[in-house]
Amino acid sequence: MSKPKVAFYWCASCGGCEEAVVDLNEKILDVAAAVDIVLWPVALDFKRKDVEAMPDGSIAAAFINGAIRNTEQEEMAHLLRRKAQLVIAFGACSQLGGIPGLANLSDRAGIFRTVYQETASTVNPDGVIPLTACQDNGRTVTLPGFYNTVRTLEQVIAVDYSVPGCPPTPELLADAVQALLSGNLPPKGTVLAPDHALCEDCRRKDSRPEKLTVKEWKRPHQVLADPEKCFLAQGLLCMGPATRSGCGSRCEHGNMPCTGCFGPTSRVRDFGGKALSGFASIVDSNEEDEIARILEFIPDPVGTLYRYSLPASPLRRKKMEVTTHA
Amino acid sequence: MPDTTFEPTIVAFFCNWCTYLAADSAGISRFKYAPNIRVIRVMCSGRIDPQFVLDAFAKGADGVLIGGCHPNDCHYQEGNYKCLRRFNLLKRVAREMGIEDARLRLEWISAAEADRLRTVVNDMVAKVRELGPLNWSVPNEEFSAEKVEMEVAS
Repeated sequence: MSKPKVAFYWCASCGGCEEAVVDLNEKILDVAAAVDIVLWPVALDFKRKDVEAMPDGSIAAAFINGAIRNTEQEEMAHLLRRKAQLVIAFGACSQLGGIPGLANLSDRAGIFRTVYQETASTVNPDGVIPLTACQDNGRTVTLPGFYNTVRTLEQVIAVDYSVPGCPPTPELLADAVQALLSGNLPPKGTVLAPDHALCEDCRRKDSRPEKLTVKEWKRPHQVLADPEKCFLAQGLLCMGPATRSGCGSRCEHGNMPCTGCFGPTSRVRDFGGKALSGFASIVDSNEEDEIARILEFIPDPVGTLYRYSLPASPLRRKKMEVTTHA
Repeated sequence: MPDTTFEPTIVAFFCNWCTYLAADSAGISRFKYAPNIRVIRVMCSGRIDPQFVLDAFAKGADGVLIGGCHPNDCHYQEGNYKCLRRFNLLKRVAREMGIEDARLRLEWISAAEADRLRTVVNDMVAKVRELGPLNWSVPNEEFSAEKVEMEVAS
């Protein structure tokens, strides 16, 4: 019997999710023994045309990491959707938009201006910007088109499962592969991780006071954090109460508060809104001015609260000033 | 040119014990005020999840008005303070997303202040009308190379 075929693809991502696959270490041999990897640009030489040549639905599962922000990524997502029986949004960018999703605070023109013209290290006297096609010695050179708005995978194609994390842990990946191979699959749409808040699994939770209040927030570089005590009780902004568990508390073990990469549990639609609600309500003041002063500590509320989830939030992006064509 | 026919839609979250009663009393007293608010009664301003407000904007509201009890008057002792704390951060999130300040407003209005309710609603409607529709939507993008060149040139 032929082995089930699996594809790995990357879109707008940093490569960290690929690391999660490599971090399976010797377990990757079990995976490789159990499945046929038919596409994995970071490690193998299969091309888009190889996938195009395969019959529709012939890939058992496609793991797609990264958000969708250009035309090529969108085309590949559609192609893999057609060829694969199951599509798994792998990692925070694919599931929620991730760090690249913060580009939704700007737009194409703004990003191009910053990156290709304004940064101090840019030398670009001719003002060259990426074009979808240009002539070079009589040949046409092409690039994918760049969108104004970063989207989650689910905003582009139907997604069967998500694996959260920035990046997901090798354990979650191994569990997901195991579930696929055994055919023992949860209902479609399930996020393949525990469905409770990180605090529940935190070894510091007993040091969390009954009534948590914060008079002054601190940033991790400003204090030497007590390695045993609840971060929130120390005035460190920890996303644990709003974030899904399943990461193995790696940041907490490194004495760093949670930044929320695992996203919300199934009961929450808007991660940032919920996190905002929690953090603001424990501010220890009833005076408008003092509240403002304490919360000034967060210089960029969207970047902090929606660090991994802006494209998946109700507003999805900053308002576009120019009205675009229909 | 400002759209003179534009009638803003304002979602109003009023607490059960103060502002909602003020609205009730305004009705009983036959006060006339702008019909642009859609009132949603919640038990306490502390119950207003920031998700509600962001959802309202995302789904077409031109403004969101939150009404609660005056400080020290909360039926649940400190729900309105929780609302006040959240409002600070919520306002800053809204600002960062490009939503003008006048579109999101928090007011303490007691059950006895029907007249104040009328003033606040009329004032907010006038200010939002001046701003024009919010029309929140994420445009469906079709890619065009010429447009990119135009954008960067401008």
